[in-house]
Amino acid sequence: MIDRAVLKEQFVKWVLVAFALSSLLFLFLIFAFILGEGLPLFLKVGVKKIILGMKWAPTKGYFGIFPMIISSFLVTVGALVIGAPLGLSCAIYLSEYSGKRMKILLKPAIELLAGIPSVVFGFLGVVYIVPLVRNYLGGSGFSLISTSLVLGIMILPTIISISFDALVSVPKTYREASAAMGATKWQTIYKVIIPSAKSGILASFILGMGRAIGETMAVIMIAGNALKIPTSLLDPLRTLTGNIALELAYATGDHRLALFSTGVVLMIIIMVLNYIANFGIKRKIAK
Amino acid sequence: MCLRWFVLLPFIMGLLISCGSNNSSSTGMQKITVAGSTSVMPFTEKLAEHFMLDSRDVTIDVQGGGSTAGIQAVINRTVDIGMSSRELKDDEKVLNRIVICYDGIVVVVHKNNPVTALTLDQIRGIFSGNISNWRQLGWVNRKIDAVSREEGSGTRGAFEELIMKDKEINDSTMVQDSNGSVKEVVATDPYAVGYISMGLVDEKVKPVSIDGIRPSIQTIRSGQYKIVRPFLYLTNGQPNKRARRFIDYVLSRDGGQRILKNEGLVGVHD
Repeated sequence: MIDRAVLKEQFVKWVLVAFALSSLLFLFLIFAFILGEGLPLFLKVGVKKIILGMKWAPTKGYFGIFPMIISSFLVTVGALVIGAPLGLSCAIYLSEYSGKRMKILLKPAIELLAGIPSVVFGFLGVVYIVPLVRNYLGGSGFSLISTSLVLGIMILPTIISISFDALVSVPKTYREASAAMGATKWQTIYKVIIPSAKSGILASFILGMGRAIGETMAVIMIAGNALKIPTSLLDPLRTLTGNIALELAYATGDHRLALFSTGVVLMIIIMVLNYIANFGIKRKIAK
Repeated sequence: MCLRWFVLLPFIMGLLISCGSNNSSSTGMQKITVAGSTSVMPFTEKLAEHFMLDSRDVTIDVQGGGSTAGIQAVINRTVDIGMSSRELKDDEKVLNRIVICYDGIVVVVHKNNPVTALTLDQIRGIFSGNISNWRQLGWVNRKIDAVSREEGSGTRGAFEELIMKDKEINDSTMVQDSNGSVKEVVATDPYAVGYISMGLVDEKVKPVSIDGIRPSIQTIRSGQYKIVRPFLYLTNGQPNKRARRFIDYVLSRDGGQRILKNEGLVGVHD
């Protein structure tokens, strides 16, 4: 009888191990396919001509994605300029000031915000933000500033929840020591809590950047997708993700490969961002 | 006991799904799959609806994907009929090409825009970046928001071939990924100009006349309006029996052709 029970335990364990490892397998397969499809063009055309090339006309043999790399960074930084102060303020309020009742109200609201599909954000952006920008600031409205605004709101949940965790995990003794020295609450937050939660807060910003740079649907709808590097906040722009989604349907041959190359570049950027963020979080835990 | 079922569930589901797909292919219904150009798709959907009313033993599955994807799918024999809104390239000419109708490409502006007529040169100037302000076209001092389609689109291909000729579309031109999105941008932005399929023009946007010729079915039929491209159905070799029935219906004067004409397209018999 005991033997059977042990056998059963073992069986269940190994089945679960197999399923758990399958996620690793999927990741590996995705890597293999993107690299397999994306690298040949790098070899054929040259890394420099793709990454630093200024002209994108894949049906005519130009595969430069430099403007899109710059545009992706611009919207990401723009999103951070809007999302970071808002998100951090919200996290500080939640961890230091809010009572239980407010927390019960705010936490689910933030989770709900995270659950809103990006196409809905895009739709609201097109219907409300784009005309607002067009009427009051000028340009077509499909612009860097509209995209940054929408992305800034979209990355709020990421920033709030991760920096909240970082703030909450600052030991209570720090707060007590600071209060014992006669510091006010704001002085404590500003001089003690934020500096000790710094790495976690930075990690939240970087993960927010990762979310913004990977966002596609809302961006295609609002960014205007022009190929030029934007020279003002009101210019339209095209991101790396937008480029893939926009042209995938019609692409064949080298054009298709060029979109996979875009994917390779995007994947590397996101990997680097995630690595930096993980590094930040780990250092905090080690403390 | 519960746990075992939990672990086995995926396998059982997998088995059921594979059984299910085997069964459904042996039912009496005949299925025609059509895929390709997003410009042709809405009309094919309408044609398929009418066709299925008459022939209840057939279901037609219409998918988008774009002209190039449609052509690829026919070459790979994954669909019965491919739809294309551009002419075939040399290496694609092995396919059987059937013109189902002709479509004009129309340059559209916002309905409050006072500009009603442009010359071919002016349109070329707008999209190549030489003309960037509405003042140059006799209106207010305001940047022109030109909207194009993405690289590879059939509509863009036809626009480049028929209007731009050797000029290139400027990099600061906005890009949208469907006729519908272009129309939406032009309908909401008073300073926008774009190009869409004539069959999709409605009261939300205003078509402009080109070199003095108003785009309409009459001017296309008489040959005056020159910005015209064919809508194609493609099959790999001779169409199979069920696809043949649908194509015959689409080409018939009282069937498909009448429907296409009502949609604002120009039939093959005109």
